[in-house]
Amino acid sequence: MISLTDVSKAYSSSVSIGPVSVDIDAGGITALVGPNGAGKSTILTMIGRLLSLDSGRIEVAGHDVVNTPSKAIAKIISVLRQENHFVTRLTVRQLVSFGRFPYSKGRLTLGDEKYISEAIDFLDLTDLEDRYLDQLSGGQRQRAYVAMVLAQNTDYVLLDEPLNNLDMQHAVAMMKQLRRAADELDRTVVIVLHDINFAAHYSDRILAMKDGQVVEHGTPAEIMRDDVLTRVFNTDVQVVPGPNGPLAVYY
Amino acid sequence: MTSTLRQDIAYTSRDILVDEQRSRRRPLLTPSFLLAVVVTLGLLAASLLVGQFDVFAEGNFWMFGITRIPRTVALVLAGASMAMCGVIMQLLTQNRFVEPTTTGTTEWAGLGLILVMWLAPTASLLARMSAAVAMAFLGTMVFFLFLRRVSLKSSLIVPIIGIMLGAVVSSFTTYLALMTDTLQTLGIWFQGSFTGVIQGRYELMWIVLAVTVLVFLVADQFTAAGLGKDMATNVGLNYTLVLFMGTAMVAVATGVTATVVGTLPFLGLVVPNIVALFRGDDLRSNLPWVCLVGISTVTLCDLIGRLIIAPFEVPVSMVLGLVGGIVFIGLLLRQRRKGGLVT
Repeated sequence: MISLTDVSKAYSSSVSIGPVSVDIDAGGITALVGPNGAGKSTILTMIGRLLSLDSGRIEVAGHDVVNTPSKAIAKIISVLRQENHFVTRLTVRQLVSFGRFPYSKGRLTLGDEKYISEAIDFLDLTDLEDRYLDQLSGGQRQRAYVAMVLAQNTDYVLLDEPLNNLDMQHAVAMMKQLRRAADELDRTVVIVLHDINFAAHYSDRILAMKDGQVVEHGTPAEIMRDDVLTRVFNTDVQVVPGPNGPLAVYY
Repeated sequence: MTSTLRQDIAYTSRDILVDEQRSRRRPLLTPSFLLAVVVTLGLLAASLLVGQFDVFAEGNFWMFGITRIPRTVALVLAGASMAMCGVIMQLLTQNRFVEPTTTGTTEWAGLGLILVMWLAPTASLLARMSAAVAMAFLGTMVFFLFLRRVSLKSSLIVPIIGIMLGAVVSSFTTYLALMTDTLQTLGIWFQGSFTGVIQGRYELMWIVLAVTVLVFLVADQFTAAGLGKDMATNVGLNYTLVLFMGTAMVAVATGVTATVVGTLPFLGLVVPNIVALFRGDDLRSNLPWVCLVGISTVTLCDLIGRLIIAPFEVPVSMVLGLVGGIVFIGLLLRQRRKGGLVT
């Protein structure tokens, strides 16, 4: 379980996040949704200890993310930020193998190689594993990053807008793969999503944020309601029944 | 905990076979690597044999030990270590154009040398070297901290700022040298050259060997740091510690080389980029290549410098500057063609 207690972060006197207190259950996919600037990414990166807290406390599976050594956290939580630009020229397999860094410190064992191969196969990158990242399309590169955090074999996987830059086909494929990671590999996935319909269809819980506060937290059925969505997104939203569940219509 | 349970899966022999075939480490002893070793050894042999003094004449062999061997050892250590410094700095800054001479590191080392000459003219070579190392560390940290404070839109701005910083430092050094009548010493130092690297002077270069070995041991941490602070932290790396460690290694290698040889411009820029071009950036499997290409480049440039106006010598820094400049421009043009990669 991820548990936040009075977590706050101030960017400036006018922009601040929190205090947020919320418990995210272990297992399944939890989607963080909300308008731009609501604090979704801030909360996610603070859970992943990439950003310091101004006050409050975050515990993941009983470990305080601030006080627990970073090396130990790396075996419990993996976190992927939205922008991953680097000039280092690595192949897909070399990148994914860094997911094993917390365990092997770079000296890969056969067990590590197996995890790496599994993660690569899981994201359908088998044929691309020896290609350099700069030779891949944006969607393929995004899958390689996700393969890296899956190879890290942590119970908790935090992803900041992994559907960014993905077309319809690849966005759906990515969500299906994350669904499988949650169901088959028993991971707890927390994911920032922009598209409420993706969140409703693929996640088990939706956590809606607005102005630095958590305003709604519930199952997709509880969140997919005209009044709730209209309030969260400051836009008139109508929820209509679709062939595969409710759909939010806002245009 | 489930994560530890998941690690206890037993592997069948077939799985292991498949995984060995898919391992990310490419074999090192390929024909091309052996060829590179042979070429490097050939160049080193040439370095041992080339010179005006006939060491093989009757009773002349003592000169071989005094000049030729020290010079060649220094070529090996300086070439390998400066090339590695380039790789480390490029990974830590995530910038392809960074190396000790484009970040002001060598200029800071020069300032350290002049400061000691000014404050303690009788100081030993070891004391001068320590000052060079200390100032190189300070200067590189200043540069790195500056880079972390400001996010630069274009990667090309980074070496420009580094070169500007270096110019400011070196003008201060020149002023100090003018005041203390050591301008000539400074001039000789700035022209990196292996001419004066003889017995009694080259021994300090062995310190660099220790740095080189250390880089081999922690190579993966530098590659992980090259993925950026967030990714490195995600896999449990102490990014700040790695940054300090890398800076210290670069400072020691640059400071020692600056004291014994002088500046070796562009070496740390040219070698890593050439190696990355055909082998990517996985530091640990690349290090032997980086060392070999570094050694060959500096030895070849030194040989050119020794032969081109024989019986006189052109400083190796001039040859390196020329070769490095051409490769630098070539890299810029290539990146422009590929589009967008520069930013």
